[in-house]
Amino acid sequence: MEAIQDILKHRILILDGAMGTMIQRHKLEEQDFRKGWFENHEKSLKGNNDLLSLTRPEIIKEIHAQYFEAGADIAETNTFSGTWIAQADYGLEKYVYDINFQSAKIAREVADEFTQLNPSKPRFVAGSIGPTNRTASISPDVNDPGFRGITFDELVNAYSEQVNALMDGGVDLLLVETIFDTLNAKAALFAIDEVFEQRGNRLPIMVSGTITDQSGRTLTGQTTEAFLISIAHIPLLTVGLNCALGASMMRPYLQILKQKSPFGVSAHPNAGLPNEFGKYDESPEMMAEQIKSFLDEGLVNIIGGCCGTTPEHIKAIADLAAQYQPTLLPSNS
Amino acid sequence: MKSLLQLSGLEPLIVTAESNFVNIGERTNVTGSRAFLRMIKEGDFEAALAVARDQVEGGAQIIDINMDEGMIDGKEAMVKFLNLIASEPEIARVPIMIDSSKWEIIEAGLKCIQGKGVVNSISLKEGTDNFIAQAKKIKRYGAAVIVMAFDENGQADSFERRKEICERSYTILRNEVQFPANDIIFDPNIFPVATGMAEHNNNALDFFNATKWIRQNLPGAHVSGGVSNVSFSFRGNDKVREAMHAAFLYHAIQHGMDMGIVNPTMLEIYSNVDKELLEFVEDVLLNRREDATERLLEYAETVKGDGKKREIDLSWREVAVQDRLAHALVKGIVDFIDEDVEECRQLFDRPIEVIEGPLMDGMNIVGDLFGSGKMFLPQVVKSARVMKKAVAYLLPFIEDEKNGVRQAAGKIIMATVKGDVHDIGKNIVGVVLGCNNYDVIDLGVMVPFDKIIQAAIDENADAIGLSGLITPSLDEMVTVAKEMERANLSIPLLIGGATTSKVHTAVKIDQHYTKGQTIHVLDASRAVTVVESMLGSKKEAYVSTLKEEYIRVREHHEKHRGAKQLLSMSAARANKLNIAFQQKDCFQPKKLGLTTFEDFSLQELISFIDWTPFFQTWELHGKFPAILSDEVVGEAATKLYQDAQEMLTQIIEEKWLKASAVVGLFPANSVGDDIAIYSDEERTHPIHIQHSLRQQTKKTAGQPNIALADFIAPKETGISDYIGGFVVTTGLGIDAHIERFEKDHDDYNSILLKALADRLAEAFAECLHAVVRKDYWGYAANEHLNAEEIIKEKYRGIRPAPGYPACPDHTEKIGLFKLLNATEITGVSLTESLAMLPTAAVSGWYFGHPEASYFGLGKITEEQVEDLANRKKMPFEQMQRWLGSVLN
Repeated sequence: MEAIQDILKHRILILDGAMGTMIQRHKLEEQDFRKGWFENHEKSLKGNNDLLSLTRPEIIKEIHAQYFEAGADIAETNTFSGTWIAQADYGLEKYVYDINFQSAKIAREVADEFTQLNPSKPRFVAGSIGPTNRTASISPDVNDPGFRGITFDELVNAYSEQVNALMDGGVDLLLVETIFDTLNAKAALFAIDEVFEQRGNRLPIMVSGTITDQSGRTLTGQTTEAFLISIAHIPLLTVGLNCALGASMMRPYLQILKQKSPFGVSAHPNAGLPNEFGKYDESPEMMAEQIKSFLDEGLVNIIGGCCGTTPEHIKAIADLAAQYQPTLLPSNS
Repeated sequence: MKSLLQLSGLEPLIVTAESNFVNIGERTNVTGSRAFLRMIKEGDFEAALAVARDQVEGGAQIIDINMDEGMIDGKEAMVKFLNLIASEPEIARVPIMIDSSKWEIIEAGLKCIQGKGVVNSISLKEGTDNFIAQAKKIKRYGAAVIVMAFDENGQADSFERRKEICERSYTILRNEVQFPANDIIFDPNIFPVATGMAEHNNNALDFFNATKWIRQNLPGAHVSGGVSNVSFSFRGNDKVREAMHAAFLYHAIQHGMDMGIVNPTMLEIYSNVDKELLEFVEDVLLNRREDATERLLEYAETVKGDGKKREIDLSWREVAVQDRLAHALVKGIVDFIDEDVEECRQLFDRPIEVIEGPLMDGMNIVGDLFGSGKMFLPQVVKSARVMKKAVAYLLPFIEDEKNGVRQAAGKIIMATVKGDVHDIGKNIVGVVLGCNNYDVIDLGVMVPFDKIIQAAIDENADAIGLSGLITPSLDEMVTVAKEMERANLSIPLLIGGATTSKVHTAVKIDQHYTKGQTIHVLDASRAVTVVESMLGSKKEAYVSTLKEEYIRVREHHEKHRGAKQLLSMSAARANKLNIAFQQKDCFQPKKLGLTTFEDFSLQELISFIDWTPFFQTWELHGKFPAILSDEVVGEAATKLYQDAQEMLTQIIEEKWLKASAVVGLFPANSVGDDIAIYSDEERTHPIHIQHSLRQQTKKTAGQPNIALADFIAPKETGISDYIGGFVVTTGLGIDAHIERFEKDHDDYNSILLKALADRLAEAFAECLHAVVRKDYWGYAANEHLNAEEIIKEKYRGIRPAPGYPACPDHTEKIGLFKLLNATEITGVSLTESLAMLPTAAVSGWYFGHPEASYFGLGKITEEQVEDLANRKKMPFEQMQRWLGSVLN
């Protein structure tokens, strides 16, 4: 199979869309999140989507399949909250390995099925590594700015566990995403680099930050370029942006990445901004229209969707991207 | 990626071939800045952050942070400081340099920064393995690294060694760690030159050549260094040091040094360096002649000797008049102010415009320099003197014009509260506020609350500032707060003075004034910020944080208070200090009764002056005499010290002040916690009973609960014991001179004189104590201590003062003064709050027993207050009020 680095030289690759939005369509209940695994767990588990890889794997498989069907090249594992830090709220720290291993395995199976059907379009699995729900650079207590709710060492520990499980489950690449605190991301990269060294095996890494508003900065205050410099010490496949903003608002910051980054650039924006009911209502056509400008300017090498996007959105994006050639990747990545 | 060193804080810093020299801030370093060390030691992280902020605002592109000091937990301090910086966007925007010789501190620091910082430093000192392991970690954390030219055999001190070590380090980093070449920064060691040792002659040149070699042969690598080291031999001669730094930097940059640690205040601009001096300096740096060092040393002597002459360098008189005014304000020069103001007045339509224009512009410069730590209090007070003189000159013209009203930033009423006469701090705050365009109405000392409140109403004031030094003033401040509430005022109430505290303000004052906000102001330098925050647009946010903070302080205080265990009086007395009294330790004074000292020689007191507190008065912190050469405040301290010496000479030669004292030595025995004092050895009827207070804090086993009475032999022992009392002053005659200075708008000299009089009074107390020990009491006839040992109290006996920690009961002064007939003999009187007038006065008791030592009373219970009230036959409520500050 052709390596993803090589494919990127002649194609813009498509990342899948939102997992949460698709799960919502199934109108699942508490029982769905417990089935077979956590029947007697003392805490409510509804909404802990990562568990569905264990309790309702057929739903997750179906979602991956729908995205591949729509034209996605890369599926993200259902592991956005797959660290003991994020799972601690549910008292499920012990299940982190299972969540990641099973999620990776499911996605692997679906990807392999699709690759087999059409070997000229190989499908990849990216292990999704979320930011956790704690920030290493900001105090949760406004009255005590020196305090931290999580340490770098704890983050490294949690991410190492997740990365090992994802690799055991057979992912092709790792995607550190929705980075609002660069220090969390640096801990993830530290863990990844260490795990790679221990396993004697390196996978391509995608890193994706989140610019929270029009100030052009991350939640922890870094400009896009400062963010890039802060995570560029590890060789990456791509660096990009996701979440928080719709495609059009993301554009100026992607331009900065394209201009400054020694790596490829990725983007998976939301389907616009949430409306007053918290729903994303940008249609596939509207979103594709905005993404067209990314492609015209040659800003991205990998493109997909975040919150509110569906297979319909991904299909619109994939159809559009197929008409474009990628701009050259920087030579030394 | 383009081959560049890229760093980041919240914002990027990219070092390109075209970038100018990258300036690394060096003041957040405990090994280099005594002021910063003190802040960290005292846990004053707010001040430490201000230092970092100043540096960034002052143009530092990277800030170096070092917490390597034996007395602090460096790792904890590093983590805490970096975490705090993360929430200060103005600081966090620049990259951090984590500076430590301890790997564990470096690693702890790397775990706190989200940006790409720099590690300072690693080296081959402990071998290749260690070096590789550390470099690998640094790469994984995502930081650049400074590599010292240091290996297993020591620090590189020649061109060859520098080259060899840097090359070896580089090869290892590139080949074995795959460390990005652009992230490698070499520090090839800047060593002092002109040390007088021939082997050091090539130090600078070797550095330049090594720098050039590195830049040409080790692709991507950068060169950095700490510049001030080069001029180490010329400490104390700033003129030469500044020139040397300028020249060194010029050549180092020419050779490829692209970043470094430079103290901007110790740097002259290369092209401004005196050409002759430059030649001598460059001869040394470039090792151009055999006798270069001798020639520079010789020249340096003349520059040093020239110091005074250069002070009256009048070249600044040649610039435009506005610039002359700014210069005079910044440098505090009054000599030409009237003529310059007059010249300026001619240029403007209206005299008020001179104030609003050039004068305020100049004061803004002063304010900025003070705010960023580049000017210090004594200098600011001098600037204010210039300003006041200028305004005084213009006032008649403005009044002629009738409608010239200056727009002040706000109007502040300042007062030292009723019963208190201490006003140095209040005057300093007044000056600082005045400098910042606030209209300060100073009501003076001993001001009753009704006068303060009336003034606030009449003047439509924006805030009230209260000051006080002695503990009863704390209660008076509570009274003012209550009365402000009653008068329906809602303007901010600022509290300041040595005995005031945030805790007292939060716990005792704040709650009584609900209509407005009470704020404790720690020192004069905070006054402007506080007032600005209280009067400006950010008031609401500021007040709400303050309210929360005070609630926390109160809660903490409440908890803390509950935790402190106090003993009952019977338990405390049972654990009294039991001295095994022997007659030989209770020395009979050679001269019993009163001795008067009139017009004591001030000259004799000078060697007894403890200067450290003098500098503290001016908010210059550090021990004397080291403070005179302190990197940060040394210059300001030296100037202040010179002014103080000049005034001292005048005080003595022109007899500005008169020193008077009375000493009394009496037979005495303790009776419980009281000391009975007798007129003669019959010891039948006491002429005075001195009441002492006993510690009630629960002590660890073996530690007694002390009262001063424990130092005097109990009556039942039958031993004849003795006690002494004294009142000294050096403040007689001061008023006329203060008045003279104030009339001349000269706050600087007015404050200076008061501060010196206070020091002289303390020196007098010290000196007299020695005289008493050796002659009048005579138990230490053979004492041979020098002044310094005396200041450090290395002698036998103590002299506790009423109102201070061992006996916080101010009312004891009444009996002491009566016993010594002190008011009549010395001219020192007591106010209703029992402050002494003149303020330059000290009173206290002498205890001569070898085991007598100073202690702090700590907190006491109401039981003891009641007990004392009964012993003193004073109403309980009254006693309670006097002891409020120690009552639990």
